[in-house]
Amino acid sequence: MISSIIFILLLLGGGILFTINARKVRRNILLGKEINRKDNFPQRIKLMTLVSLGQRKMFERPIPAILHLFLYVAFVITQIELIEIICDGSLGSHRMFRPALGGFYTFMVSFIEILSVLAFIGTIAFLSRRNLLKVPRLVKNELNGWPKLDANLILLSEITLICFIFMMNGADEVLYSLHQSHAVDLNEGTLGLAISSHLGPFLFGGMSEHSLHIIERVGWWGHIGMVLWFLNYLPYSKHFHILLAFPNVFYSNLNPKGKFTNMDSVTNEVKAIFDPSFVPPVADPNIPMRFGAKEVTDLTWKQLLDSYTCTECGRCTSSCPANITGKLLSPRKIMMSTRDRLEEVGKNMDANGVFKDDGKSLLGDYITAEELWACTSCNACVQECPVNIDPLSIIIDMRRFIVMEQSAAPTELNGMFTNIENNGAPWQFGQADRLNWKNE
Amino acid sequence: MSEKLNVITMAEYKAKGESPEILFWVGCAGSFDDRAKKITKAIVKILNHANVKFAVLGTEESCTGDPAKRAGNEFLFQMQAMNNITILNGYEVKKIVTGCPHCLNTLKNEYPSLGGNYEVIHHTELLQGLLNTGRIKIEGGSFKGKKITFHDPCYLGRANDVYEAPRSVMINLEAELMEMKRSRENGLCCGAGGAQMFKEAEKGSKEIYVERSEEALALNPDVIAVGCPFCNTMMTDGVKHFNKEDSVKVLDVAELIAQAKDL
Repeated sequence: MISSIIFILLLLGGGILFTINARKVRRNILLGKEINRKDNFPQRIKLMTLVSLGQRKMFERPIPAILHLFLYVAFVITQIELIEIICDGSLGSHRMFRPALGGFYTFMVSFIEILSVLAFIGTIAFLSRRNLLKVPRLVKNELNGWPKLDANLILLSEITLICFIFMMNGADEVLYSLHQSHAVDLNEGTLGLAISSHLGPFLFGGMSEHSLHIIERVGWWGHIGMVLWFLNYLPYSKHFHILLAFPNVFYSNLNPKGKFTNMDSVTNEVKAIFDPSFVPPVADPNIPMRFGAKEVTDLTWKQLLDSYTCTECGRCTSSCPANITGKLLSPRKIMMSTRDRLEEVGKNMDANGVFKDDGKSLLGDYITAEELWACTSCNACVQECPVNIDPLSIIIDMRRFIVMEQSAAPTELNGMFTNIENNGAPWQFGQADRLNWKNE
Repeated sequence: MSEKLNVITMAEYKAKGESPEILFWVGCAGSFDDRAKKITKAIVKILNHANVKFAVLGTEESCTGDPAKRAGNEFLFQMQAMNNITILNGYEVKKIVTGCPHCLNTLKNEYPSLGGNYEVIHHTELLQGLLNTGRIKIEGGSFKGKKITFHDPCYLGRANDVYEAPRSVMINLEAELMEMKRSRENGLCCGAGGAQMFKEAEKGSKEIYVERSEEALALNPDVIAVGCPFCNTMMTDGVKHFNKEDSVKVLDVAELIAQAKDL
């Protein structure tokens, strides 16, 4: 009875805390500007099914894809077991689904166990890739400090969670064989779990009944405890991708990758030049008029959602021609910087009620002009991202601010602009000479 | 040159009261860059050979605004776009072929919402159509058995998902087509896009064009085929960087076809 109350309080507390923090993330994302990504519903569902659920883009690199698949499937399937844990915890029962489901229950839990072993292997492999093999994209400079710790914490938490599962099931198997389990005794002598029916006796065989009950309970409470810890860790971590990957892919850019947005604010000005009778729509005086992006709030909500969805895998950076050739630009760092600045803005709002100018901005304090000017707009980063993040759109929006608000383009580019304005070509050739090639 | 190029402008067609099948958008590089002008002429020779009734804008053509847009100068881009759209719509242009993937991308994707709606194709797509419909035929020719690798232009490939057209055209050469490890969706940029063509690269450990041409040269090709005048410049520089200009040619797909047919 008391344990049921503690359990329910823990569950409610974890759920409420997560909701509060997730709502803060949502509020931060909605600081972004409006963009319509609600069209083509069927196409978006299809894309989400293929790319998020089906992990299609992950399989461009088969080894990490398979390892990741182990963790992903194990994570999803384990949620079924979690339902039972929540029921048992609230009602004080033990393996309450077992009598009703019978053989299917054994199959289900065995399936979870096998996936947990595969996930364990995957996690160890991932830890090795980061810390021993030092796969280049996983040890780049932008990961120093918290990002590296974050990645290792996630993997260690996953290992701990898996250990708890096997403590719980393993000890229960031994108890069951001694007819001391709290599970309904159906007199088969074993719960029949694929891994624990062997691992349990191997690890815990011969232990006292008292010890076994303690191990079983530690595993059980540890399992639910880890789940609640993980849930509440998500809003502070790159690991949030396990939830945001789905909406992020759903709201993908469906246009050809080469198509950049045409800025409506500019179109209104250009139309007014071409047609003096054109009356531009009245701008909302509450929204400060600014060309391009200097701050996270100049970006769209989708670009901000992208930043929270990024799990810092670095496929973008490892395919970026600028980064490959030693330039400062890293598309992953663009996403991380955007998220970090947005977090800072959010904390500022939490502390002051509204955002209080802190003298900082995304451009300059987080992302430098040197990074932005190294981009070739080749779309390799966009192509690579397994969850359809678009770092290029942020780069271009920030270039727009540098050029149109600060007039701070590199000198050679200003020359190119002048040539286009005067001659209709990026070089100093006259438009009248455009057909000369015909007779050369 | 085996014969004089037959190039008619839109203005000349209009004066005759006729309209062409297609407008050939030459582009700035194709009009002014000495190397790219050869590509332009190769395209024209093929169009002449296939009796395609095409026109150019000539002195009425102007930069699409692509480099301005990629560099963040949206204002200049839209000014260029509005000017070009006025001219294109004035001639009631329906279909455009470009000699450059950057022009293709801008005209095809970024002009419609500003009032310019055209069917726009890249010259390799036009060549593919001409070969498929039998308007040009190639049997082997001077590239038979040669080793050719194709460098995907970012603005044709990833930007617009055109990967097959250049390859299906080159199959007709009966050459040995080889793929670089980074090709198609995973192709590596030549380093010229996003207005980089018009500025020095940022500080780094290597030039992008060196990285890319190194990859191409590792295949020991006779020809590095390209589909973009800017890629052409970059890959040519890369081949020179490795002192391979005598043994490795950098040629546009249109030049391969024109040379194979000895046009």
